[in-house]
Amino acid sequence: MSMTLWAPIGQFLGRNTDPAKPRLGRARRLYREKIWSPILPRLVQFGILAAIVAVWEIGVKVGFIDGFFWSYPSAIFKTGMIFVTQGDAFLDTWFTLKSTIIGFVIGTGAGSAIGLAFWWSQNWAGVFQPFLIVFHAIPKFALGPLVVLVFGIGLGSKVAMAVALTIVVSALATYSGVKAVDRDSENLMYSLGANRWQVFTKLVMPSALPWIISSLRVNIGLAMAGAIVGEFISSQHGLGRVIMYAGQTFDVALIWVGTIILSILAVAIYLVVGVVENTLLKGVLKR
Amino acid sequence: MLDKARIELQDVSHVFSTPTSGSVYAIDRINLGVPEGRFASIIGPSGCGKTTLFNIIAGLEQPTQGEVTVDGQNVTGMIGIVGYMLQKDLLFPWRTVLDNICLGMELRGMPMREARERAMPYLTRYGLGGFEHRYPAALSGGMKQRAALLRTLLYDSDIVLLDEPFGALDAQTKSQMQDWLLQLWADFRKTVLFVTHDLDEALFLSDEIYVLSARPGRIKAKIEVPLPRPRTRDVFASPVFIDLKRHCLDLLFDASSPQTH
Ligand SMILES: Nc1ncnc2c1ncn2[C@@H]1O[C@H](COP(=O)(O)OP(=O)(O)O)[C@@H](O)[C@H]1O
Ligand SMILES: [Mg+2]
Repeated sequence: MSMTLWAPIGQFLGRNTDPAKPRLGRARRLYREKIWSPILPRLVQFGILAAIVAVWEIGVKVGFIDGFFWSYPSAIFKTGMIFVTQGDAFLDTWFTLKSTIIGFVIGTGAGSAIGLAFWWSQNWAGVFQPFLIVFHAIPKFALGPLVVLVFGIGLGSKVAMAVALTIVVSALATYSGVKAVDRDSENLMYSLGANRWQVFTKLVMPSALPWIISSLRVNIGLAMAGAIVGEFISSQHGLGRVIMYAGQTFDVALIWVGTIILSILAVAIYLVVGVVENTLLKGVLKR
Repeated sequence: MLDKARIELQDVSHVFSTPTSGSVYAIDRINLGVPEGRFASIIGPSGCGKTTLFNIIAGLEQPTQGEVTVDGQNVTGMIGIVGYMLQKDLLFPWRTVLDNICLGMELRGMPMREARERAMPYLTRYGLGGFEHRYPAALSGGMKQRAALLRTLLYDSDIVLLDEPFGALDAQTKSQMQDWLLQLWADFRKTVLFVTHDLDEALFLSDEIYVLSARPGRIKAKIEVPLPRPRTRDVFASPVFIDLKRHCLDLLFDASSPQTH
């Protein structure tokens, strides 16, 4: 009744008062971003980089940026060429890469082994877990000078730093995986007559593997940071030492060169670990 | 009881003591015995302790009181005696279907090659042919249950416990699986203890049914199912079936023992 009576006023106000018609008053189109063609983002990224380099170079030439403290792209390029052609670029890069990888492998391997070992006894896991967490909380860089004293200024101290940074990460991640092992699956194994070693190798290890793998990418970054800090403190080789030395001699362009090479190295290792991670995960979680 | 029981429970009770919610009285003085080659079902409301009872029989849980015997020998708290299919399929995602089915044989120390050779004919015969090298994620719910069941049956034990194996399946798949299970049981000739909360299923499959009360689970009645074998789905309409069903329903929804649900 009242509906029909009020209908003209409703129509005047632009409202839908006809119960048979759908109400379109508040309807609007969902906002959807139009996705660019795949090369466009690459072009934009390249443009941004080029703009930064240009502004930097021109800024120094004009005197608007202090070239002594900041250096500038063309000087960095020149220093880079000299470092690669006449300096020890490959030796230093190889040294840093070597300590990063050795530290990463030892740290991740030992850490995973510790985490897995915790499966064997809940009691002992409870005893050791607090130690692990305390060690995790220590700022490991503070241990640097001690590590160099103990392991010398060679490769050993860099590897030790990388291990110190990575081992607990892997141990804790693996232990989480071990704690998440399905109780029912464990029961199933026992009901089929398995012994503990069989449960460990055929259930606990495969179930914890995704957790171990998930720590790889974090660990490779940490291992590199450890290696570089080791080189900062005292070293005869490595990109960390190059950067440290460049800083002490006010060779700002060389600092940039070292940093750029390190970044390229980091990205390359990251990509490799990403591929390893994906293939391993695909192997474990066959879907 | 005419035949001698192969597997027997004597006065089995279990109380869970948890730090948070105090003690849970799960099952109360269960006595039962299943003769060689028989199919016995246990039916009862959810939470009445059916899974707990199976965990005890399988040796995964030590009962607070009572004994489990197999062929007259006390096997309480001993694992590896009976085949046990747990409520979930628990197929390992990193193993192929074939290797999942071979798990029990592998754990007994059989070389993997030999185990695979033994398992293969069963896969083809029981509707998993062509899926042997796939991973469990590629299987439908019914096929997963088949694989889990084969894994249990190929484990060298002539007593098997099946805990609600078809509980999560849709009605149609479920009835296919029931027919399939009967065929399998006729082939393998095992002594079966079967848990379900589906009365039709229990009556269709079993020689005898134990009706459990709500928690703490105790045996309210043992019901013989005299329907002739082999059974077809026609039995659902037979007067014997309907009478038995009514009797069981009366027991399950008995007003004298209030249900918790
Ligand atoms: N590990 C446990 N600790 C404490 N209580 C439990 C545990 N397992 C089962 N229960 C309790 O025991 C009762 C029986 O459980 P369960 O045997 O799984 O029942 P059903 O299989 O018949 O559904 C439930 O009330 C459940 O909460
Ligand atoms: Mg249950």
